[in-house]
Amino acid sequence: MPKGGGAAVALTDWGWRHAGRDSWALRGVTFAIEPGERVLLLGASGAGKSTLLHALAGLTGDDNSIAGEQQGGMLVDGEPAARRPGRVGLVSQDPETQLVMARAGDDAAFGLENLAVPRERIWPRVHEALAEVGFPYGADRSTAALSGGEKQRLVIAGVLAMGPRLLLLDEPTANLDPEGALLVRDLLARTAARTEATLVLVEHRVADVVDLVDRVIVLAPGGGVLADGAPGHVFAAHGARLAAQGVWLPDRAPDPEVPPGPGGPVLIEARECRTRTPVELGAAAGPRHPVLTGATAAVAAGTATALTGRNGSGKSTLLMLLAGLARPDSGTVLPCGPLAEVSGRPLWRWQARRLARHVGTVFQHAEDQFVTPTVRDELRYAPLRAGMAGPDIESWVDELLERLRLTALADVHPFTLSGGEKRRLSVATALSSGPAHAPDVLLLDEPTFGQDTTTWTELVELLAVLREQGRAIVMATHDSLLLRRFTDTELRIDQGRVAVPDTAARTGAAPARKADRR
Amino acid sequence: MSASPGTRPAHGTPHGAEARPGGPAAAPPARAFLARTNPAAKVLAAVITTIALLPVLDPVGSAVVLAAGLALLPFSGVRARVLLLVGGPFLLMGASIGVVNWLFGDGGPLLAVGAAVRLMAIALPGVLVAMTSDPTDLADALVQRLRLPERPAMGVLAALRLIPLLAAQWRMLTLARRARGMEAGRNPAAAVAIFAGKAFALLVRSIRTGTMLAMAMDARGFGTGERSHARVSAWRAADTWFLVGTAVLLCAAHALGIAAGTWQMLFS
Repeated sequence: MPKGGGAAVALTDWGWRHAGRDSWALRGVTFAIEPGERVLLLGASGAGKSTLLHALAGLTGDDNSIAGEQQGGMLVDGEPAARRPGRVGLVSQDPETQLVMARAGDDAAFGLENLAVPRERIWPRVHEALAEVGFPYGADRSTAALSGGEKQRLVIAGVLAMGPRLLLLDEPTANLDPEGALLVRDLLARTAARTEATLVLVEHRVADVVDLVDRVIVLAPGGGVLADGAPGHVFAAHGARLAAQGVWLPDRAPDPEVPPGPGGPVLIEARECRTRTPVELGAAAGPRHPVLTGATAAVAAGTATALTGRNGSGKSTLLMLLAGLARPDSGTVLPCGPLAEVSGRPLWRWQARRLARHVGTVFQHAEDQFVTPTVRDELRYAPLRAGMAGPDIESWVDELLERLRLTALADVHPFTLSGGEKRRLSVATALSSGPAHAPDVLLLDEPTFGQDTTTWTELVELLAVLREQGRAIVMATHDSLLLRRFTDTELRIDQGRVAVPDTAARTGAAPARKADRR
Repeated sequence: MSASPGTRPAHGTPHGAEARPGGPAAAPPARAFLARTNPAAKVLAAVITTIALLPVLDPVGSAVVLAAGLALLPFSGVRARVLLLVGGPFLLMGASIGVVNWLFGDGGPLLAVGAAVRLMAIALPGVLVAMTSDPTDLADALVQRLRLPERPAMGVLAALRLIPLLAAQWRMLTLARRARGMEAGRNPAAAVAIFAGKAFALLVRSIRTGTMLAMAMDARGFGTGERSHARVSAWRAADTWFLVGTAVLLCAAHALGIAAGTWQMLFS
């Protein structure tokens, strides 16, 4: 097995069609990558970037994970790309589904075991790899006890330990909070500088990684290669086109139309809420840990409120409390002002039907909230329950489908939509009670997570319209651009309590500052 | 066996202590007897106990085995709270078997107690194996000592990591139904429909998660051929003695039952 150095990659008129699909995921892709090159692979969502990486990793093919039909040639080191363990390393988005073992050292050793490396050579390489990624704990550390960024570092250690000649990175920071993403980006920068391996990176947030690469290849949506060259050159020549396709580019942040929020009375108030982690199953489960230790927060009409904080700080927990979906262990969540006229009971005691009419929630995983088998039924569901008349429902749903650009997909199962389509649909379901019946409060968990610039812009503009109408918007988010462009009040959750950062010298009920247009 | 840094010191291998993978960590706290025993020995002991007790109806012999199993509890290293948590359902199971036999059997209260004791004596070893074995150690032992195939053993181990993830997804699905205005209230039909919807959504998610995990394992070369083992599943003299002791105990239990005249083959 050749060690050290980088692999050469050559694609000639390469294409891939997933089993059971009519259309090609990729087609007519031709490029050559020299050993040791660092390449950023770009393309609109759905252009087949991940599929290309999986094929390079040898995961596609008849007796492999991904079945389908191949076209043209794909050579790694002059041989057809097939599973050649140890030569090609793949790091994907979600560390949760890449860790195999219960202990960190065992996980880093997993790949070496598969390569049948003798035991006495495994552990020195494991310790070396853990040190290389700056893993802060011992090899005995439980993988379940790691943060997202630490988990992803461990995944990378497991891949580096195998000494790959071709390193494939599929949005390695996409599922991490800003702190975790920073940890992993630092590591990537160090790895890129140190390793001789060829590096192919897929990343939506181009600005974050553009310094790590010396070449950019852009896949065209229909097939073929749109652009190929040095980053500066590619962005100068094709920047506008890429931006139009939703790619996040340096110096081309999306610029949504954001009318200012009018502000208004407080609608929901959480007082001294305490919660603990849920009971864990299994004999080895630990005790319940406190999450919120006395969180107090207010949500005002006509205002965009952002809940921020590290992963695991309790943002989502507080969001679920404010949404009336979960009840705190102690403390209370009360409706205020106009909302208290509906019912003065604590929000978690409201009947689900009544709650859904007044308080809408959009979940981070859009699929969680889909309850019917077609897109059209999903949009019909709320107005039907609100007692809207049949013909009115149909015309309203058709209008919504049109606005969401989902008309062609009206009869497919919501689970089969793309990420951006799912996000649009999930927001729409929370609003679909009809023009006059949108909920007074809309809460969203990581609404912009993983979205391209097109969906991002649409979403922010839609939320801005709702805010202008006097509805309260609450978002649990890491997205700094969303904070800058749309947020009136930032509530930072730290050590189980809510703090208002100095930077957000605005109060919940005060009118929003003017959207900061440049 | 070489002084491999991968040997888990907790297994008490002669070279373990200086080679803890965690580096200069302090010596691990002394582990309880059952936790130290090789999981393969525990699995074998549980299997021979089942084989020995299953074809025989014998209150006295079963009681001896059950007593021996209970006597091991203090050496299991399992926290008292967990024991209570697991012990509750376990006792409930025994009690319900006893009550059913007493009410509907024709052997009277003594045989009913015998049936309950027999079942608990068969079940307890399995519970002890599950509670005292680290999943990783168990998988290593099954593969290295009992020569079970790698793929299912490692697959199950990887799947165990996903259980808390699935529990969290289930909670989210529950909250999401409420957010959409779905609530069963006192309507059992609605409750069943909501449950089915959640189960379907969870199934879709878990298949996707499982597929991605399998892909990640494949990408790291799993299943391409012969594997080596980073950790040694050490078999000590004590493990052999543990098995011998189990066999002796079972023989003694049967002998006592025969002597007491309560020993009877099932279906005879």
